[in-house]
Amino acid sequence: MLVKLFTDFMGWIDKRLPVTDAWNKHLAQYPAPKNFNFWYFFGSLAMLVLVNQIVTGIWLTMNYEPSGEGAFASIEYIMRDVDYGWLLRYMHSTGASAFFIVVYMHMMRGLMYGSYQKPRELLWIFGMLIFLVLMAEAFMGYLLPWGNMSYWGAQVIISLFGAVPIIGDDLTLWIRGDYVISGATLNRFFALHVIALPLVLVILVFLHILALHEVGSNNPEGIDVKKPKGSIKPEELSKFKFHKQYTDKYDIVDAIPFHPYYSVKDIMGVAGFLIVFCWVMFFAPEGGGYFMEAPNFEPANGLKTPEHIAPVWYFGPFYTILRIIPDKLLGAICMFSAIIVLFLLPWFDRGVVKSMKYRSTAHLVNLIQFAICFVVLGVLGTLPATPVYNLIGTVATFGYFGFFVALWFYSKNEKTKPVPERISG
Amino acid sequence: MKKFILVIFALLPMLALASGGGVHLDKAGNDLTDKESLKRGFDSYVSYCLGCHQLQYQRYNRTFADLGISEEEGMAKYLLNGQKPGDHITNAMPAKDAAKWFGTAPPDLTLEARLKPGADYIYTYLRSFYLDSERPFGVNNKVFSDVGMPHVLQGLQGVRGIDEHGNLTPAVGGSMTEEEYDVFSRDLANFLEYVGEPSKLERESMGYWVLGFLFIFFILSYLLKKEYWRDIH
Repeated sequence: MLVKLFTDFMGWIDKRLPVTDAWNKHLAQYPAPKNFNFWYFFGSLAMLVLVNQIVTGIWLTMNYEPSGEGAFASIEYIMRDVDYGWLLRYMHSTGASAFFIVVYMHMMRGLMYGSYQKPRELLWIFGMLIFLVLMAEAFMGYLLPWGNMSYWGAQVIISLFGAVPIIGDDLTLWIRGDYVISGATLNRFFALHVIALPLVLVILVFLHILALHEVGSNNPEGIDVKKPKGSIKPEELSKFKFHKQYTDKYDIVDAIPFHPYYSVKDIMGVAGFLIVFCWVMFFAPEGGGYFMEAPNFEPANGLKTPEHIAPVWYFGPFYTILRIIPDKLLGAICMFSAIIVLFLLPWFDRGVVKSMKYRSTAHLVNLIQFAICFVVLGVLGTLPATPVYNLIGTVATFGYFGFFVALWFYSKNEKTKPVPERISG
Repeated sequence: MKKFILVIFALLPMLALASGGGVHLDKAGNDLTDKESLKRGFDSYVSYCLGCHQLQYQRYNRTFADLGISEEEGMAKYLLNGQKPGDHITNAMPAKDAAKWFGTAPPDLTLEARLKPGADYIYTYLRSFYLDSERPFGVNNKVFSDVGMPHVLQGLQGVRGIDEHGNLTPAVGGSMTEEEYDVFSRDLANFLEYVGEPSKLERESMGYWVLGFLFIFFILSYLLKKEYWRDIH
């Protein structure tokens, strides 16, 4: 009886909106390679953290006061007087750092297995746009508690735009809406942080997933599970039923439906992630002073500069690149270039073999040195600038950009290993 | 390339070293679950600190409830100037005048324990005043050099000097023994840690339940995954 009622109801809906078809196309009959490993958890985890940020953000907005006079006190009001306000705030603040950890792992996965290569260039670019918007979102969100590090961090970063020739001063004035960072800056950052950027972010995530499902998921072997139609013997085809959008054009091998196989696996990933997340959130929400910086426990004060202005850890790599270059404009150019080269990665890599498993030793070494340089740059970004650190930072900056240059050269005629036709095991 | 990696690894410990440093702090050894200590700390705070340093984000009635003080008792003892139990813990000192008197307005201390390195800092600070004739109030502090405030607790602790090695000499002339003053400082530090984050104990106790649930959930989700994936392998 109940089943029939549900079937009838879905029939009525499906005639008007293809809900069942979309469910099948993107979940129940989506062919996902059967060999996803640990690194493939981070895509779904990024979505989880995004939802966490949006939901806790909505509730925080209910009691937050976006004004220079009231912002700091309203955060303490949330921490003390709002029921479970402290929980909402820590979920949001820990979630911000978790978002970047998850996204950095997700990007590293793409690097290791060549998930940016043809035909996934646009997918990669959507991902990079998400990363860019996420950085803007985090930067603006960090001003909202109106603590002293919020204030001075924003001061340093906005002043970068002053390095632009001719229009620099007018540009910074336009961004701040005032001659110094003030309530006017806070209000516009609030508007962008709670409405404009999240909206863009959600749209980009939607496009990222649509683009993914159009080209199909890569995997640790870098072997395509979609083969030309008619090239595979019927008995070797995947035994699962996939949506006709995929099977009409391709023969599918070594793939399984995303749901239920990867949905149950991702639930396990979520449980594992939440253990780490909650451990930090409940027992060390300040993240050792990296997730919440100590100077942010006093209100913004334009006359009192914190001893050592450090951006939040996730901006560390880019901040170090900015800081080691004495010329402000050149530093800013290099910092933005560090992100632009990532956008262009699909064209720096001229190779055809995707996974590092089947690529040259040079590529493996290049990947490892890139990851090390990125971490070193990140650590340096949280430390005060000293000559020795600047020297290390310079070396790491060369390593960072060197990754792309070297890749462009060796990938053309790279000595790769033979890639198997099929995913084994 | 190998050399490069070796150099990076050789340099990493330096990064770790550089993040430490700073002044030596004594361990406060305070305990947020010790309500008697918190009550004494609150009492001392109101008597000695509140005149200059507000706790403007914390309310009286929240403090009473968390410390186990009944509202009648609290009102009779602490709300003497017509304040209501729901009021924030503030004082009547005008910030402008205060800035004139002390060079800088005495800061609000609600979040002091989170701004500075915790209760240990406050505990050490309170015990580290010494005579210094160069300073306007005749005292300086070892963990906060050229501090702007006088040693308000001098009558309790007595006065300490500093020897040629930079070590503080034992206090003389106070109404408390050294042990009594240590307990007094610990209680204050304990109270300020509480005020910095009144929900800390609740947060941690909730954390154990959440983690416990998540461990069970993780095991169940692992078994579920294993069951489903039997089709694949």
